[in-house]
Amino acid sequence: MSLLKEPDLGTPAKPGPATVSLEVDGLPVTVPEGTSVMRAAALSGIDVPKLCATDSLEAFGSCRLCLVEIDGRRGTPASCTTPVAEGMRVSTQTPKLEKLRQGVMELYISDHPLDCLTCSANGDCELQDMSGAVGLRQVRYGYDGANHLDEKTDTSNPYFDFDASKCISCSRCVRACGEVQGTFALTIEGRGFESKVSAGGTDFMSSECVSCGACVQACPTATLQEKSVIQLGMPSRSVITTCAYCGVGCSFKAELRGNELVRMVPYKDGGANEGHSCVKGRFAFGYASHPDRVLTPMVRESITDEWQPVDWDTAILFTAAKLRDIQSRHGVGAIGGITSSRTTNEEVYVVQKMIRAAFGNNNVDTCARVCHSPTGYGLKQTFGTSAGTQDFRSVAKSDVIMVIGANPTDGHPVFASRMKRRLREGAKLIVIDPRRIDLVRSPHIEAQHHLQLAPGTNVAIVNAMAHVVLTEGLVDRSFVDERCEDFDDWAAFIARPENSPEAVEELTGVPAEEVRQAARLFATGGNGAIYYGLGVTEHSQGSTMVMGMANLAMATGNIGREGVGVNPLRGQNNVQGSCDMGSFPHELPGYRHVSDDVVRGVFENMWGSTLQAEPGLRIPNMFDAAIEGSFRALYVQGEDIAQSDPNIKHVHAALKALELVVVQDLFLNETAKFAHVFLPGTSFLEKDGTFTNAERRINRVRPVMAPRTGKHEWQIVAEIAQAMGYPMQYGHPSEIMDEIAALTPTFAGVSFATLDKLGSVQWPCNENAPEGTPIMHMDGFVRGRGRFVQTPFVPTRERSTRKYPLILTTGRILSQYNVGAQTRRTANVAWHPEDVLEIHPHDAEVRGINDGDEVVLTSRVGETSLRAVLADRMPVGVVYTTFHHPVTGANVVTTENSDWATNCPEYKVTAVQVGLRTAPKPVEELQTAMAAE
Amino acid sequence: MSPQIRMINDIAVQFQHQAPDAAAAAIAEHIRAFWDPRMRAELMRRVDSEPEMLDPIALAAARLLTTG
Repeated sequence: MSLLKEPDLGTPAKPGPATVSLEVDGLPVTVPEGTSVMRAAALSGIDVPKLCATDSLEAFGSCRLCLVEIDGRRGTPASCTTPVAEGMRVSTQTPKLEKLRQGVMELYISDHPLDCLTCSANGDCELQDMSGAVGLRQVRYGYDGANHLDEKTDTSNPYFDFDASKCISCSRCVRACGEVQGTFALTIEGRGFESKVSAGGTDFMSSECVSCGACVQACPTATLQEKSVIQLGMPSRSVITTCAYCGVGCSFKAELRGNELVRMVPYKDGGANEGHSCVKGRFAFGYASHPDRVLTPMVRESITDEWQPVDWDTAILFTAAKLRDIQSRHGVGAIGGITSSRTTNEEVYVVQKMIRAAFGNNNVDTCARVCHSPTGYGLKQTFGTSAGTQDFRSVAKSDVIMVIGANPTDGHPVFASRMKRRLREGAKLIVIDPRRIDLVRSPHIEAQHHLQLAPGTNVAIVNAMAHVVLTEGLVDRSFVDERCEDFDDWAAFIARPENSPEAVEELTGVPAEEVRQAARLFATGGNGAIYYGLGVTEHSQGSTMVMGMANLAMATGNIGREGVGVNPLRGQNNVQGSCDMGSFPHELPGYRHVSDDVVRGVFENMWGSTLQAEPGLRIPNMFDAAIEGSFRALYVQGEDIAQSDPNIKHVHAALKALELVVVQDLFLNETAKFAHVFLPGTSFLEKDGTFTNAERRINRVRPVMAPRTGKHEWQIVAEIAQAMGYPMQYGHPSEIMDEIAALTPTFAGVSFATLDKLGSVQWPCNENAPEGTPIMHMDGFVRGRGRFVQTPFVPTRERSTRKYPLILTTGRILSQYNVGAQTRRTANVAWHPEDVLEIHPHDAEVRGINDGDEVVLTSRVGETSLRAVLADRMPVGVVYTTFHHPVTGANVVTTENSDWATNCPEYKVTAVQVGLRTAPKPVEELQTAMAAE
Repeated sequence: MSPQIRMINDIAVQFQHQAPDAAAAAIAEHIRAFWDPRMRAELMRRVDSEPEMLDPIALAAARLLTTG
């Protein structure tokens, strides 16, 4: 699919049916009420000249180029700001309008450098286009405008330049930064001829700009231009595909010049992002061509040997022979694998199929184990399916938004922009987080309640809120009676005094009255929506908390329509998909338990193999079994467990104990240090398949280029299975999706052809919902009735002590992504060259720590070293860091504690001590020791 | 403490609000649904060798595993 320039109808679409009929230049058109004359004209096929208007922004009416004449009305109104009216007769081309527009254009051109032939926007400049459109033939004021022609270009941002000399002060960038992104970093400085765009009086890099690219996209000239376009030239074709970073799953046009990728431009028709982007998806794709990419398979007998590059056949036969040999000596269950949330559904599906059908066991797990496995468990127990309830658009109908344990402006920035827009419109905000995340107070947004709870007390807080709802008579009884079960037992439990806000105040650190007010607001404020992240799941009570939120949503009737719901913000691009595809050891694709004889029979018939009815090992269980000796080989698809998993010393010991580690990845990551086979993987630019985002939206991932490794990842897996004696053959990834659809009722209507036709679909997609299901549980829960589950608060065993008096919690930041394997290999390091430790000034002062000091972070399992940043966004007693850089090794200190139901690690609560560093870095020592080994 | 004992104790404490028999049954069902057989076998070995390490409800649940 190629769509270099998308149609621009000038102003945004208005909701509702088309009821207003008018004529534009004699052509009839009928549009929804509130539509602009400009958009109506565009819909009838007539482009009115414009410069300050674009359909991603509300009309502004400043450029005066889109003037029209309307029968019976005086003057020449701007078509962008004039709404349609029934029977209106509009003229867009008259001699009077022609003269006015030419006059406007003369003024613009008189202060614009006429270097069109050498300008980077040549061929993609709206000023150039409009000069032609209005028939400009002269500039009576000359070409020597004295205002901005000598302005110095701001090249401070690594991805785009700001050349003020080309600015026409249309304000599109300023409005995009505010309306679309919600950052408000830009402004128009000065007045009259002096007016110019400014990043708050400083350069872009030093400003509050978050480099989302919205301003660059909105700019009609070369004022804001991608450096890649300046260097490589204007792209000539595009491929529509899906971002491979977070779980928002933005659609992009990959724009190429020949076979060279020039830029990624967010796609307006993308269901998840609707034309917006963040710094990662928009700009940080350079890792795909980074010289660190390994493109040739490699093997070695021992992890102390040098890697030996080999051809694909050798690598595949080596792998298959080793796996079978280990099984012959240690049993069928001695091997297993981990699927990746960074790969496509099709690639995940074939790995779990290889494990279940060719390995002959259920030892398959996925990196969702360490992030959202409690979501799967908790939502299945309460609602009946392991997925969020809403589409992203739903937030536009929310009246009260509750964000729990998530930092959307950093982790899910494009969705955060939608959320911020709704908050600016007046929706109320409740934030439940130990840190004062940016959303608590940002431009034009202020949370009504920030419940700054102690880490590890989520369940106590959600129970206390439910207690208020119940005891103050705020339960939506009609919803509960009609749609739910087990309410009375739950009500008796939640009404107990120990669940009251007053009873848990000392424990949580949140004033009881604040909890009461927040609960009342959520229950009575209209549509209440819950959005949550890993600050909910990565706890020893992660699954309990998910069920607690589901209870609260059901009790308040906030399920089953737009604007409400329980919504996990998934960390990686295909977390949802990897779980859907049967990556958990107890579930076949579609979340069906392996012990179900009927379901297993369906798969056995299709796959021609006998499947095990018992669950297999989960990731932490694999590590334990490796150390114990019953687990001997591990296939790791696209996950860096040696960096990302908790208690790294334990993980490293497990990996060292294995006879065979196979790593399929882009780079020689930390896990590859323990590997015997390295199978080079493909970047998202080379993949052909689908990703499923956090709103269950299945998007196509289309290849921008052929695999640089010579093979698709699904081909490699199929060939290993075949070499092990199990026939697995596909000619194209669409055949894999067809097999998934044939086996999985919720995917029955999904095919590449359907996706190409509809753009994307949200599962369930089947005969009951041929175009997908944006909002779930509308007429009934998937399990029939929503189930209230009692959620007692059980504190974590991880406690602060005299030796470890602080609590460490972890997270990620905007510019980096997870273990950083991708983003560290891009210019994003300009924003985050190292992980730092955020510490409250009081905690720092009593330890003699100043801002920027190197400190040692110690827990009962390990220690690491990093730089301190004093931050009053942290509560006293809590410190915070990220895990984007292996040299920091944040997971050296995290523990083996995990969620009781799913074994999801408790990353968010580790008792630690912090002190000034006086000795060499322990991680450096650790790495030196590892290298020596 | 072995991982199996740590995990079953972690599960047991979540069911302490229920009547002992119901809690044991729920824990046993959870373990059957989510634990690999070798983990269950190791748990049973631990039950025999160090029952005092198990929470009483966990111990009752473990014994249900052997009786189906």
